[in-house]
Amino acid sequence: MINGSLKTLSEALAKKKISSAELSTLFLDRMARANPALNAFISIDREKTLAQARQADLRIAAGQAAPLEGIPLAHKDIFCTEGWLTTCGSRMLANFVSPYDAHVVSRMKAAGLVTLGKTNMDEFAMGSSNETSFFGPVKNPWDTSRVPGGSSGGAAAAVAARLAPAATGTDTGGSIRQPAALCGLTGLKPTYGVVSRYGMIAFASSLDQGGPMAKSAEDCALLLSAMSGFDARDSTSLDRPPEDYCRELEKPLAGLKIGLPKEFFGEGMAADVRSAVEEALAEYRRAGAVTVEVSLPNSGLSVPAYYVIAPAEASSNLSRFDGVRYGYRAPEYTDLADMYCKSRGQGFGAEVKRRILIGAYVLSHGYYDAYYLQAQKIRRLIANDFALAFRHCDIIMGPTTPSVAFAVGAKSNNPVEMYLSDIYTIAVNLAGLPGMSIPCGFGEGKMPVGLQLIGNYFEEARMLNVAHRYQLATDWHMRMPEETI
Amino acid sequence: MQWEVVIGLETHAQLQTKSKIFSGASTAFGAEPNAQASAVDIALPGVLPVLNRAAVECAIRLGLAVGGRVAPRSIFARKNYFYPDLPKGYQISQYETPVVAGGSLSIIVGQGQERYEKTVQLTRAHLEEDAGKSLHEDFHGKSGIDLNRAGTPLLEIVTEPDMRSAVEAVAYAKALHALVQWIGICDGNMQEGSFRCDANVSVRHKGSEKLGTRREIKNLNSFRFMQQAIDYEVKWQIATLEDGGRIEQATVLFDPDTGETRSMRSKEDAQDYRYFPDPDLLPLEIGQDWIAKVKADMPELPAEMKLRFETAFGLSAYDAAALTATLATARYYENSVAAAGEENAKLCANWMMGELAARLNREDRDIRDAPLSPAQLGHLVLRIADNTISSKIAKEVFDALWNGEAKDADAVIAAKGLKQISDSGALEALIDEVLAANPKSVEEFRAGKEKAFNALVGQLMKATQGRANPQQVNELLRKKLL
Repeated sequence: MINGSLKTLSEALAKKKISSAELSTLFLDRMARANPALNAFISIDREKTLAQARQADLRIAAGQAAPLEGIPLAHKDIFCTEGWLTTCGSRMLANFVSPYDAHVVSRMKAAGLVTLGKTNMDEFAMGSSNETSFFGPVKNPWDTSRVPGGSSGGAAAAVAARLAPAATGTDTGGSIRQPAALCGLTGLKPTYGVVSRYGMIAFASSLDQGGPMAKSAEDCALLLSAMSGFDARDSTSLDRPPEDYCRELEKPLAGLKIGLPKEFFGEGMAADVRSAVEEALAEYRRAGAVTVEVSLPNSGLSVPAYYVIAPAEASSNLSRFDGVRYGYRAPEYTDLADMYCKSRGQGFGAEVKRRILIGAYVLSHGYYDAYYLQAQKIRRLIANDFALAFRHCDIIMGPTTPSVAFAVGAKSNNPVEMYLSDIYTIAVNLAGLPGMSIPCGFGEGKMPVGLQLIGNYFEEARMLNVAHRYQLATDWHMRMPEETI
Repeated sequence: MQWEVVIGLETHAQLQTKSKIFSGASTAFGAEPNAQASAVDIALPGVLPVLNRAAVECAIRLGLAVGGRVAPRSIFARKNYFYPDLPKGYQISQYETPVVAGGSLSIIVGQGQERYEKTVQLTRAHLEEDAGKSLHEDFHGKSGIDLNRAGTPLLEIVTEPDMRSAVEAVAYAKALHALVQWIGICDGNMQEGSFRCDANVSVRHKGSEKLGTRREIKNLNSFRFMQQAIDYEVKWQIATLEDGGRIEQATVLFDPDTGETRSMRSKEDAQDYRYFPDPDLLPLEIGQDWIAKVKADMPELPAEMKLRFETAFGLSAYDAAALTATLATARYYENSVAAAGEENAKLCANWMMGELAARLNREDRDIRDAPLSPAQLGHLVLRIADNTISSKIAKEVFDALWNGEAKDADAVIAAKGLKQISDSGALEALIDEVLAANPKSVEEFRAGKEKAFNALVGQLMKATQGRANPQQVNELLRKKLL
């Protein structure tokens, strides 16, 4: 049951082999056992979860079950969840109980999913190792001396350790794909605008996208079908007809043209990652796909461009956390300016402050043109690179990360090295394209390796198909960390 | 030394939309503090702005009314600064690309012989959200924050530095104040802060091309204060310069109690607002079809109406301008003409600008509160025109109507027996009586004294309490005396 697909769980619930309350209890018990070591969850509320599960059971009994009725799901603590603490991994919001549901949360509720808790994350989603959380680092279930990746590290660790069947995540520069890769999961970042950002605490508005993190492409397809769709409350939400992302899952791969950006296969990729990725590509060729070399000549500029644009937006987005209306306020202060300085000084962690400072700097008078405008130009160039590459292929593949999960503390004092762990994922956000990571083997220390798939705009269904066919032929995605079996 | 005053105005007009510019909360004035602050207005984590189309339509209306260019694509930007009544820590405004560029407004400055017309060029108009209010008084020793106003749509309308005196600045502000109400985008309530101006004031030597250093007077919320503030500021700047001092760029506040302006912050304290395009909002795109739709719903504009009054009703440019100074005046006039008939439009204009204006002025009333309705005035004018009453008697009827003594002129005339005597038989009989009673005057007239004729007319009018048709009296009396 703990390794069951959403389809399996859904069938078991529908056939009343298990109730939602029982299924939720199963996972809640696992959470209670494993969370002290993994620190994957910030909030666990057994009663709240079980109350929701019992409601689901009533709907199942009444024959009014929604598509994913009764399946437990963990939400990243970036999604506002009514009645739940919603901290965004920060001291700033450590006391914030959301009075409303994010669009994603309400969509998941409508699909029948039961909220299993709120997962740990890098503070305000700023980090690649889940070490910046005010609530402490998350450990990788495959090796607890290593990081799970970030910023959706709690979600990745929870699903990898089978503490939750699936989870929601968000991805601004790789925050779904990178932890999915480091924890051996399937994670998908949709095309910008496919999933509403309403109620998702903003890091970098033009880059943030919510998406599913699960064990398989099939599970991701089901979850994405439930969470996507137009939302009038988000002006950047795209008004498109609802999609069934499962519709193309089974399509054969014969004739699929896979583009391999030469920039992704150069130096910087660890040998173990390279060999796992090459093996996956060989599997695709065996399935009838062809690989062609493509080029993304400006991809080397993606990290610097990202670290101008994302902090710029963040510096402004995080201004609302001022201690005036909600959230953390310093206990003592002398005047208004002092209240701001102390509240924000004490409420935010070091990485968040670093990015606010960078962001304020690049937007300031006299530097805006040199940094922010230049970065926006690079962003266009990067999007153009992808557009050209997609003339020659249906999908782009490469590594998700340069290496497998690194040790806790290994990069936490070197921000630039930390930033480079997102080198393959960031360009996708800058271009607004959909991207995925799927497990494709194990590398150094028996740690999972992720294969990144990048689709053209709105090609999520095709991308999921490509991932699903691979998962039919391989079983990497079904592997679990040993301790929990 | 001859000094020239240079003034540019920035006006914030609160737009008359039902809901806020980026949220669905109500914009109605006067609710309990924070009763009209939604999740978006208080900037809860995760909330996002959605642009209110009605606010955009207000901007289009202004653009059309001033002959500006409505931008096919404009951008919302974030103006970043911290203040407790600014919940997001930034104000959503427009920076590099405003929704309206250019345009102009014609104003009439001064009165009587000194009157002149002037055109003030507009630089731009842009949409933005208002902040909340900090309540520093009477709040248990602390400051309170009321976010009801946060997110109220504003249109900031900026002029070129075209005005050369406080009088011109006030004339412009009044014209703009009338226009925004005319086109239905702002209620113009200055006390509630719906219409507030900032004045950029500088002085320079007459003939100089270069602008002097300006100081910005913030938040002028009455025309009288604007006049006083600018007058004071100009005097202060000239005195400072003539004393050999320098003007530092600064933001100043006007204190109505002292009648002085005082510096709030200097240029050195100027904040860096770190403007950048708001990534939560798409560029605002306004197609020609949208503009055309808004245009079709627009009322006739004051300039158009003024021209129509001149050509269709034969009014002078002065009268036509006065009667189109505000929409309320123009509506009053049009409704009175509707009651009096177009052939009496000129007479209606005379009565509005004469008796009515004088009365309103004397009682310090707005035309919207005139106790006399336009239909009542029009009807009164009609009774003058059809000789039921004389102009002199009409004033008495006007008074009665003003005091609410009757529902219309006919009722007053009937009740008071004011109907003009135009029956020649009756008049002849009366004339005979007057001639018989005043042989001396008759004799004098016949001796060539024209004055005596007037005395006889006076006698007759006295005998009829002014009700005799003056023209008829003239004719009949002359005939009798020949």
